[in-house]
This record gives sequence, structure tokens and C-alpha cells, in this order.
Amino acid sequence: MMASAFQRAKALPVSGKVGLALVIFWLAVAVFGPMLAPYPVGAFVAYDVFDGQSAKHWLGSDYLGRDVLSRLLSGARYTVGLAAAAALLASTTGTALALTAAVGGAKVDEPLSRFMDMLISIPSKIFSLVLVAAFGSSLGLLLLIAAFTYVPGNYRIARALAVNLAQMDYVQVARARGEGRFHIAIAEILPNMIHPLLADFGLRFVFIVLLLSGLSFLGLGVQPPDADLGSLVRENISGLGEGALAILAPAVAIATLTVGVNLLIDAIGFSGKGKGR
Amino acid sequence: MSEALHVEVKGLTVTARNAAGEVFPIVSGIDFALKRGEVLALIGESGSGKTTIALTLLGHARPGATIAGGSIRVGEHDLTRLDRAALAQLRGNRIAYIAQSAASAFNPSRTIMDQVIEPALIHDLMPRAQAEAKAVELFRALALPFPDTIGARYPHQLSGGQLQRLMAAMALITDPELVILDEPTTALDVTTQIEVLRAFKAVVLERGATAIYVSHDLAVVAQMADQIVVLSQGRIREAGAAAQILHAPADDYTKTLMAAARPAIRPAPEKIALPAAPLLEIRGMTAGYGKIGKDGRPRIPVLRDINLTIERGATLGVIGESGSGKSTIARVIAGLLPPASGQVLLDGEALPPGLQGRSRDQFRRVQLVFQNADTALNPAHSVGRILARPLAFYHGLKGNAARMRVLELLDLIRLPATLIDRPIGGLSGGQKQRINLARALAADPQLILCDEVTSALDTVVGAAILELMAELRRELGITTMFISHDISTVRAICDDILVLYSGTMVETGPRTAFGVAPFHPYTDLLIGSVPEMRAGWLEESHAGAAPPPIGEISDHPDLCRFLPRCAARVDGLCNTTPPPRRPLTKGSQILCHHGDESLCPL
Amino acid sequence: MAGASTRSGMSAALTLIGKRFASSLLTLLLVSMTIFVIAQLLPGDAAQEALGQSATPEQVAALRHEMGLDRPAHVRYVSWLAGMVSGDPGQSLVANMPVSEVIAERLPNSLLLAALSALVAVPVALAIGIGSAMNRGGRIDRALNIVTLSMVAVPEFLVATIAVLIFSVKLRWLPSIAMASSDMGWGDYLRGVAMPILTLSVIVIAQMARMTRAAVIDQMDRPYVEMAVLKGVAPVRIVLRHIMPNAIAPIVNAMALSLSYLLGGAVIVETIFNYPGLASLMVNAVTSRDMPLLQACAMIFCAAYLILMLIADVTAILANPRLRAQ
Repeated sequence: MMASAFQRAKALPVSGKVGLALVIFWLAVAVFGPMLAPYPVGAFVAYDVFDGQSAKHWLGSDYLGRDVLSRLLSGARYTVGLAAAAALLASTTGTALALTAAVGGAKVDEPLSRFMDMLISIPSKIFSLVLVAAFGSSLGLLLLIAAFTYVPGNYRIARALAVNLAQMDYVQVARARGEGRFHIAIAEILPNMIHPLLADFGLRFVFIVLLLSGLSFLGLGVQPPDADLGSLVRENISGLGEGALAILAPAVAIATLTVGVNLLIDAIGFSGKGKGR
Repeated sequence: MSEALHVEVKGLTVTARNAAGEVFPIVSGIDFALKRGEVLALIGESGSGKTTIALTLLGHARPGATIAGGSIRVGEHDLTRLDRAALAQLRGNRIAYIAQSAASAFNPSRTIMDQVIEPALIHDLMPRAQAEAKAVELFRALALPFPDTIGARYPHQLSGGQLQRLMAAMALITDPELVILDEPTTALDVTTQIEVLRAFKAVVLERGATAIYVSHDLAVVAQMADQIVVLSQGRIREAGAAAQILHAPADDYTKTLMAAARPAIRPAPEKIALPAAPLLEIRGMTAGYGKIGKDGRPRIPVLRDINLTIERGATLGVIGESGSGKSTIARVIAGLLPPASGQVLLDGEALPPGLQGRSRDQFRRVQLVFQNADTALNPAHSVGRILARPLAFYHGLKGNAARMRVLELLDLIRLPATLIDRPIGGLSGGQKQRINLARALAADPQLILCDEVTSALDTVVGAAILELMAELRRELGITTMFISHDISTVRAICDDILVLYSGTMVETGPRTAFGVAPFHPYTDLLIGSVPEMRAGWLEESHAGAAPPPIGEISDHPDLCRFLPRCAARVDGLCNTTPPPRRPLTKGSQILCHHGDESLCPL
Repeated sequence: MAGASTRSGMSAALTLIGKRFASSLLTLLLVSMTIFVIAQLLPGDAAQEALGQSATPEQVAALRHEMGLDRPAHVRYVSWLAGMVSGDPGQSLVANMPVSEVIAERLPNSLLLAALSALVAVPVALAIGIGSAMNRGGRIDRALNIVTLSMVAVPEFLVATIAVLIFSVKLRWLPSIAMASSDMGWGDYLRGVAMPILTLSVIVIAQMARMTRAAVIDQMDRPYVEMAVLKGVAPVRIVLRHIMPNAIAPIVNAMALSLSYLLGGAVIVETIFNYPGLASLMVNAVTSRDMPLLQACAMIFCAAYLILMLIADVTAILANPRLRAQ
């Protein structure tokens, strides 16, 4: 199992290897990052604000003179963790509903799909803004909001796959054998949609990272004293005019994470088509 | 000597690159030559490289493939030495191509006329008006309906046979000296194929163009070719004059092909001593899609008033062209499509109409085997898992007992036990179809519904599957419904035959009744359309004669469905009155106004 | 005969377009309900919010009555919807002026920004998409693939930050804050919005180019394209005359999706450059929990999305002879 995963990684094109390396790197940072931080997250450790790169502060200091690297290592955990959890929630919910629709017949499929079509016509950023306005933005709520925002997109992809597979002869054979709907959904249909669903999970993850950092950037996402990568960009926005490293570093961090996932998905070659972010 | 040759291919090699980047030949060492006006046929099974070779005559290789060596001379040009622009000058101009599936080779968004005259326009051969006039003339010569207006239509508004002929018009608009025909009738029903073959022969070949005809069907080739090249796995097995190859093949592979092309009639196995009660009976069944109207018919009817019985241990052949509803019968019996009216009785006991309400034992007794094993077997499962599922589901077999039984089944279908843990993806087409069959057997069924089980396979592989089915039938005494479009296969292996046209049973009877005239006019067309493996058959066959003119057709819903194509239709009768079902003395029943006497002169 | 079938075909297409239009309206109605319902789920209510914690229950009740919040939900929904339709979506709680006026000030700015960005993005995206499709598998295609693949995943604020670094910090060509006011000349205005347009375009171009490439390549593998090659048709003519009529529907769909992003997704770009558009107005509405304003903004964005999708659907119907002449 491990060996075959390793061989597959070796067969990836260069862009895919870069993507894989970036993904592994950020996962590692999310898990171990805070332990590696040279300074406490909230500590004021530099004499100057918006310091450039130095031996003491690899990524300089922020608008209050805190160590950017330490804050980045801790912020990455929020960004990666929240987005992964939300993407997982969105994908499992969307896929479960899609399978229900595919084996449930028109009576289940039509109202469900109609409802999802309606939700999908609310642009995702707008939708999440309305939800944040109504419910607020504690970490748990953010997770739910991000997941809920991207359920319709995953549902649409998964349903298209599942409905196609449900027409396959082997599903007809299983139905004619007398198999129940649950068996057909789980044993016959689901295993054949895993690859595109994994690709879609990656895409949702990217969308959610961008959404959550966007919300944090607008001050509507992760609230202080917690800070994700988007919050780091926001708090240092006053350094934009001088092009401070404190604003560039977290922005680049987000980009390497999302670009890495995208490169990996593209190289594996199951690019699902979804609505843009 | 070589000056007289029009086309000369020498030492042709085409290579392809696989996923690992290795280059390997897909055809190699190909030599053939033909004189101006000759027709050469490339014969082979799928993967033999016949289309690859045909495309090189246009200087073309599909993406991933490269013409790697040899020479291809057409007239004064060596195609391997021409650049892209020079090739484009020849293509669609002096060398024309007729593709396998016209339905997908026409651009769906442009009108037929636009596409037919495009070669003449882009090669600056004639002004638009002249090209359009010439196209209409070709439409007329190819016996297309409404030749003056058909050009304004879009591909989706026309039938496959019409599109195939329109593609011929597109090829001939520039008066090419060489025409490449790539399996031009493979996608068509036999009764349409004969019309298209006639049109091709009359128009393409009689104009004196040299032609390369690619096909897997020896009998079709017999009508068209002067020379035949037999290919297998990218190499020439045998080449020579058509008559020699057809009547005195020298190569073993050619002999196998010939043998598989026409299945031998098998004697029916001696009837097992069982009570004569029918196993399956269908009474007055009507089925289709959409809402069921007040008259008890669905909005889109597929089957009308089907009545049939299959005796225990017998095989019933159901035959019809695509769209005739033959697969729908199997779907209704299996419960996948509840009928709009009528009953299906298994062993004298009525089955619930749909899947709901059927007991597990009722499910077990009827098993469905689909045409295409590629889509009928779940690619996510292994051979063992596919075969073990019905064992667990119907018989509660688990663990070692199940595994033993799976091994027994593999042995029964003559596959090695080592396949048990293999994923489905790695198997060949024939192996998959055997697994498909074994899965049905695993249920220990009384009735197997086989839907076109050999049509997706190459002839030789298909013949082996038929052989296996005959053996299984002898050993296990299973009752079978065998659905097919191929009347010679059905005549070879079935006890009784049912001919379906547009959802109605037009003729039913024992196999013997299908060996002697008279037939229902549609059965007659069907039998008469199957090409025979001898030159001159196409000219002699009377099948597909133009129907006589008739007056207005009344709107009675039960009029003869075959009326629009029937060569024996009678004005004032067939277009006003529904036909009766009547027996013929030879033993079959037909749905027709004609009887023994009036059908005979046909 | 052909004439008759074309005419009935056109009317069939019109019926189909009519149906799509009705379905879009229905969707918009459902969207309005969803937004209304979510907005009502706000813990506490607007009256409480407006008066603060120290207000007595009587004061709150009086304000609730004045604001009409004591009416049943469906009555409030209908009156809100009627207001939306007649151009009066209520009173902005924070700005203390009619929502319609607040929006009227911002909407033209947003439309102008979107229009200018589209003007830049659409031709560039088409050129990149079609160009890389024609060069499929080649060096240029692979390079563009990596670039666009990265650009679609890059957060807007990184693009904006880099743009600021280059054009205003290093080169000092452009101001880092966008200005848009009515007394500005066109030259100043364009200088002011150059960076927002650049930022928006970069992301939208990447999205559109990828979808265009996919649409064209999807067609390139069809047998009719091989047939055209074998007729001797030149590559450019194959793309323009054979592939485009079939790829136009998915391409327009891609354009519509991306353009809808130019309106709603501009939130971050508007904020970072301080551009007075509708999206940043909506963010303010969220921060201040100004629900009437928020609801109106959300409805405008959803309506814009639905209109763009409707245009894409109509194009698809008109481009497809199967739908045109059923």
C-alpha cells in the first residue's frame, strides 16, 4: 500500500511533485508548526515594527513588533485545520445527499436538486457573508458556514457522477438481482466515484482556504486573539504602502498552500469541473 | 510495371507511444498495391490495425501514433515525404475519406450542405452554386429522400443510413481518385446496410475511383472487393484476389475467421423429460416510457401486445433491429421496467410487475446477462467479489464455501482459478463476458436473459462464447431467452424464434419455420439482407426493394408498423385496417394481411 | 418543408427560452426567501440591536412596532419583497437613509469596475484558452497550464499586494489607493482603478482561459474534427468554423461564471484598494449588521448571477441546432 503510493508519487510530473511537496510541507506545519515557533505567538519581541528579514526574525516583524514567522506557523494550523475539516464536512454531506438522490428516484432527486440549484445561484462569498452576518463567526460557526457554502457545489458534481453510474449496466444488474438501495449506493456506485471525489475534495479545500482567509482579511473570519493566515494579512495591511514582509509572507503562504493542492490535483488528472470560487 | 499501379504501400510501419514512454509498432511490414479503379479490402478484428493503415493512405496518424517507416505512394506522390500543407491539398480533394460512424463524423452544429460542399470550396474547385448543384445531384444518385432540401437539415434530423450516404456525397463532391471507406456500414442494421451498400456500389465504385474498404465482415467485403488483405495484430496474414481468399483461404487465421463468421446450426439438445408446462409466459404485455394514457398505452410505447411462452429447457431467440424493443422485453421480465399492462408468469405464477414486491427467490430464478461486459461488471470489484455476491445474497454462502463455489464457477466457464483475485479491468473482452455469464449462473437460476451477449465481441471470441453457452445448456438444462440482431446466430442456436419490429411481434415460430419461405415481409427483408459470402449476392438479392405507392395512411393506432417500408403492402388494406395474426402452414404465426398464398410470389 | 421546420424550430427555442426565464425568476424568488429566512435567524432583533442592552422592554417593543417587526414573518417577507421589486428595499439602519440611495451611489462604481475588467479579461482569456488548446501538449500549453492553474488558486490580496509592490512602491506609477469620484477626469479615474482592474483581471483571466481551453479540447477529440482534418481543412478554419459553433455554449457559460465573480468576488479587491463599490458596502453591512442593506446587496448579486447564467443558457439554446429546431 505504502509502496504503491510511493511509486505513484514517483510517476508524477514535476509540477505534481512540487504540488505534493507543498501539500506535505503545509500539513507538517499545521501539525508541528507551533512547536517549532521561535517565539511565543503574542509576544512583542522586535524593536521595530515592519522589520525586514533578519537572522533573529526570519520573516521580519509585524505591525506591533511581533515575530512574523512564529505567528505564521501558528496561523497555518487554523487555516489548514479549519479548511480541511470544512471541506471534509462539505464533501461527505454533499456526496451522501447525492447518493440518496441517485438511488432515491425522481421523488427524492427532484426537490433536492432544485433546492441545491437554488443555493448554488447564491455566489459563495455573498452567501457566506449573509451567514456570518446572521450567525457570527466563532471558529465552530466558521467551519459550519464554510462547509454549508460548498455543499451545493460538491452535491452537483457528486450527483452528476452518481446519476451516470446509476445508469450503468452493473447497477441495473444489481437492481435486477434484488439488491437494496443502500447496497447499490455504497457497494456499486460509491467505489467508482472516489477518484473524482478526491479531486473535488481538493478543490473544495482550496476554495475554503481562500474563502476563510478572505473573510479573515475582511475582519469577518477568525477573530483575535486567534489568527489564521488571512488575519495576519489584515492586521498588517497598514504595511501595504511600504511593501512589508509581514503582509507578503502570510499571503505567499496561502498561495503556496492552494497552488500546491491545485498542482497536485491537476497532475493526478481527475480534475473535476466545479463552479469557480 | 509499377507505373500501372495507382496505390503502392511498401514496408509501412506505424508506431505508438505507451504511457511509460516506450515506442512500439502497432502495424509493421505492410505491403500492398492496387491498380487504378480497383477495390482493396482490409479485413481484421479489432486491434488488427486496419483503420490505422487506412488512415495512412491520407497521410494521417491518430494522436499518439506516428508513421515511422516505409512508403505510401498514391499516383505521383509519396505521402510520407509530403509536408502538412501538401497533404491538406490532397485530402478531401484527390483522396477522400468515409468515416465509420457518420452520426459523429458530421459536425452537429452545421447544416449537411455546408459540410458536403466544404471540400470543394476549400480546395477552390468550383463556386458555391455549382458545388451545391453537384451535391444535390449526388444526393439523388445515392437514393436519398428529398434530395433538393435534405442539405438544409442538421445531422441530428437524419438517420444513420442517410448520414452514411451523405458522407459518401461529401467524399465524392471533388471527384477523388482514391476513396477510403472505414467500416462504413458497421454501425447500421442489416436492413439499412444493404441499402447503403447498394448506394456505395452504384455511386462510389462505378465512378472508377480506386478504393480501400476497411471491414471486419467478410461477407460485406465479398460484395465490394477485388483484392483482400487479411490483418491480425498489425501484420498481414494473407493477401490475394478476393475469390481466392474467400473460397480457398491458405492461412489458418483466415480459415478461423471464415468459420466464425457463419455459425454452424446446432442440433437442439434432446429434450429433458420434464413436464411440458412452460417456464415463462408473457400475456398481452404492453410497455414503454412516460405516463400511461387512458387507452392503457404509455406515452412513448416500446412494446405492444407481446405474448410468448418458453418451455422448460428451451431457448427462445428474440430478433429485431436497434430500437425494436428487444432489450425492453428482458428489462420487463427482470422487473427493471414495470409493464403498462399484461402479465409475466414464471412457472405459472405471476411475477409482480416491478422490482418491488418480488421475493428474493423470484429474483434468483431470473438472471439478466447484459450485452457489454465492460459496463455490466463493476470495475471497482474483483472477479471473486463479483461472483461471490450472488452466492452470499441468494444462498448465504460465505468464507471458504463461497470461495470453493467461485472456483467451481470459474472452472465451469473455462477460466483459470488464478483470475479470482484479479480486478475486472485487466481481463480481455471474452474473459469478461464469461464472468458476466458466470455471475448469472452463480444464482442457480431457472431462466437466463441474454441480451446481445456476443455483439460487442470479435467474431472468433463471440463464437467461443456461443459454444460455451451451448455446453452449459446441455449440462445444466437452463432455459434461455437469447436476444440478438443477428438472424444467423439466432437460427443457429435457438429452438423458437420471435421477430420483433418496432415493438410488435411480426412473426413467431419454431426454428425450422425460419428456414423456408414464405416469411412475413419484414422477416423476409431481414433474412434477405444478411450478406452471403460470395461475389454477386448484392446484385441478386431482392431485399430492400422500393415499396409500392399507397394512398393516405389512416390514424388507427394498431396499423401495421412495418407499413412504411413494406414491399408487399396493399393500398386500401394495409393503410386502413390493422393486420390480423394468422398461422402459416410451415408452422409460424405472422401479423400480416397476407397469408400463405399471397406471400409466396415474393 | 425546411422553411416550416425552421420556423417551428424558432418557436420551440422561444418556448425553451421562456421556460428558462421563468425558472430563473422562480429561483430568484426562492433565493429571496432563503436570504430573508437567514436574516431573520439573527440572534436578538434589529430593534434590540439598535437600542442596545440598556433599553427597557417597552422601548424595544415600541421600536419593534415602529419598524414593523411585530408583524408575522410571512407578512414582513411579502412587504420586503414588494419593496425590493418596487425599488424601495427599506431603510438602512446604520446610514439612516433609504437603502436605495446608498446603493444607487455605489452600484455604478461596481458596474464600471466590472465592465472595464471584463473588457480586459475576456479577449485575453479567449486568446490564451484557444491558443493553448491549439498547442495542446506543447511547451506553451504546459507552461500556460501551470501559470493559470496557479493563478486560480492565488488569493486576491496576494495579487493586489504584489501589484502594489511593483507599480506603486518600486515604480511609483500608480497610487496604492483607488479613487473614484464624480469630479475626476477619465485619465485620473483610469490611473486610480488600474490596479483593481489588473488584480481582478489576473484571476478572472486564469479561470476563463482554463474553461475555454477545456471546452475547445473537449471538441477537438470528437470524430467530426478528425473528419475535417481528413477533408484538408486548415487548422485555423477547423477551430473557427468547426469547433467554435460547438464550443460557444460552454465558453459563454465560463464567461458568465467568471463575470459574476467580477461583481460579488470583488469584495476583497474593493476593500484592499478602498474602492467605493457595492461589495465593500456589503461588507460594511455585515460588520454593522445592517440587515436591510445586506439583504438588498445580496439580492442584487444573486440577480446579477442569474442574469448572466440566463444569458449563457440562451446562448446555448441558440447555438445548438438540436435545441433550436426540436
